[in-house]
Amino acid sequence: MSNHTVKIPSSEGNVIFSHELAKTPVDAAFLASQEGKIKVSMIALVGCWGCTLSFLDMDERIFSLLEKVTILRSSLTDVKRITERCVVGFVEGGVASEENIETLEHYRENCDILISVGACAVWGGVPSMRNLVSLTECLEEAYIHSPTVVAGVIPIIPNHPDLTKITTKVYPCHEVVKMDYFIPGCPPNGDAIYKVLDDLVNGRPVDLPTSMNRYD
Amino acid sequence: MSRKLVIDPVTRIEGHGKVIIQLDDNNKVTDAKLLVVEFRGFEKFIQGHPYWEAPMLLQRICGICFVSHHLCGAKVLDDMVGVGYSTHNLITPTAEKMRRLGHYAQQLQSHATAYFYCIVPEMMMGMDAAPEMRNVLGLATANPALVKRVVMLRKWGQELIQAVLGKRMHGISSIPGGVNNNLTAEVRDRFINGDATIPSMAQMLEYAMEGLDLFYDFHEKNRAMVDSFGDAPALDMCLVDDNGDVDYYHGKMRIIDNDKNIVRELDYHDYLSHFSEATEEWSYMKFPFLKELGREKGSVRVGPLARVNVTKSYSTPLAQAALEKFHAYNKGKSSNKALHTNWARAIEIIHSAELISALLSDPDLQKDQLVVTATEAMWTGEGVGVVEAPRGTLLHHYRANKEGNITFANLVVATTQNNQVINRTVRSVAQDYLGGKAEITEGMMNAIEVGIRAFDPCLSCATHALGDMPLEVTLLDAKGNQLDERRK
Repeated sequence: MSNHTVKIPSSEGNVIFSHELAKTPVDAAFLASQEGKIKVSMIALVGCWGCTLSFLDMDERIFSLLEKVTILRSSLTDVKRITERCVVGFVEGGVASEENIETLEHYRENCDILISVGACAVWGGVPSMRNLVSLTECLEEAYIHSPTVVAGVIPIIPNHPDLTKITTKVYPCHEVVKMDYFIPGCPPNGDAIYKVLDDLVNGRPVDLPTSMNRYD
Repeated sequence: MSRKLVIDPVTRIEGHGKVIIQLDDNNKVTDAKLLVVEFRGFEKFIQGHPYWEAPMLLQRICGICFVSHHLCGAKVLDDMVGVGYSTHNLITPTAEKMRRLGHYAQQLQSHATAYFYCIVPEMMMGMDAAPEMRNVLGLATANPALVKRVVMLRKWGQELIQAVLGKRMHGISSIPGGVNNNLTAEVRDRFINGDATIPSMAQMLEYAMEGLDLFYDFHEKNRAMVDSFGDAPALDMCLVDDNGDVDYYHGKMRIIDNDKNIVRELDYHDYLSHFSEATEEWSYMKFPFLKELGREKGSVRVGPLARVNVTKSYSTPLAQAALEKFHAYNKGKSSNKALHTNWARAIEIIHSAELISALLSDPDLQKDQLVVTATEAMWTGEGVGVVEAPRGTLLHHYRANKEGNITFANLVVATTQNNQVINRTVRSVAQDYLGGKAEITEGMMNAIEVGIRAFDPCLSCATHALGDMPLEVTLLDAKGNQLDERRK
């Protein structure tokens, strides 16, 4: 587990987060339809959202899965924080900011099983190619030497208290918290994601055959 | 007491963003903006890589419009090897049509994902419905038959992408000067007739039409709201053909004003003469604008609404009828209304399905002339590619040295083009829904997100650039070893 010294933002004083406001009550019939289902939360850290879309690539199999599973926090819902303990946390993307660290730690604390889904979560993936480049060069390339800088204006680099702090390197998730399972691929096929989730929700040991693994 | 309202993160969009709204002591909105809080770094770390890797690596910017990045990169590579639009040589009709087929399939799939999975639930349940319900899960409970059709619509598009590009995501088909495969008659017939695993082309058109009907129904019931919500003026831009009609794969960049006068029309190879990008300290996403007009007047809108505003007509009948209705409703002027973007998106879902249907019957797709092999003497070492991605005009620009290694890359993506108009929308909705209100509800805050979602923004795409490390923080592993530090 990482041990860092950053304060988590909270609704102190006159700062109001939308997810902390009183919500419209959930329809009783909907609540009843989700009762007793296995709770899953999903998150995309630094990646391309492709693994989340590979989740949708389970296609019609998603219906049989949703008979047993309900989704709390996810980029497809408006549940912005995990609100109750989940069985499965589905993590796409690597870690590249303070916010990513906090989110991942919150997932670890609130999910029984955490899965690294896709190349970025598993080993940093394409975004971690920036680990080979010095920060100074990167900054100058993006904001100072860009061919579209505004003439006659001294170029600036974004720097604001409301922006999360970006880590100097990009990390795979398991370097920040313990991860329980890994599904490789850029992205993994919907088949591989289905196999792992189907094993988990049916109480079988996770058995992802190598024939379903992909590394491209 | 003055208040700072925060939406963190914005959900049902791709990528990482948050909204900050400042209310003063009298509950007046003094500031409202979308902050993009992540970044990656493609432009720098692609340098030194062989030029032909670019379309493979850079499509990893985005898991939803990867085909656009792949094709944009392929068009740059065509230029670089001497068979692109910057030269007098062109790729073969089969290669161009295969690329177009993949592009239209992606437009269908991407729009279907954004519209049906992220936007329709809100249209059907209301923007102040419970967050647990106003999403595709809630929709699956409320209208399972619709969601079953939506899943099959998306599957059909993804299967077609796989047939053309070799994979459902991050495909491998385009190469410098062409493509690596054609479409066999057998595969083509699977998409026309359907089989046990996918519906037919005719069913796709039917599902696409249902999407537009959902919008009409929503519009009918909420006309005043839809026609006033998030009014954000901007110029409109898209690629057009010689008739002034949108072309998703190639054309001139046309920019029009609200009366549909042409403000600029340019060869995209000259983009650097026309566009600058401003930076704000509070967001990693830049603000592009037309240099001569300045940022206030020269910011453009791109994407479905811009294209439907710009295009004069469509080549396909169902979309053309819908377009005429849209143009008549807006009395021949450009629409600036955020929720009309969803109308435009529904029209484009139909247009994409029709374009695919027409292209599937083209015998060029079965021909074998896939690549124009360039000679060393034709090498130019530089190229610019532009396509109309689902979210709007996407530009890639690379240079390589004589050894073929990339020395420079610049990307201007659709969501970045929309940065100014998205922020205008956020401000407009904030003033209408939050201004003067003593009590703020979660549903009112969601109205801001509804305005942002209409643009289907891809903040992943917009944050390909590397940025700053504003403070110092240290990350330690379980043994107390320093994994990282974050610097000021």
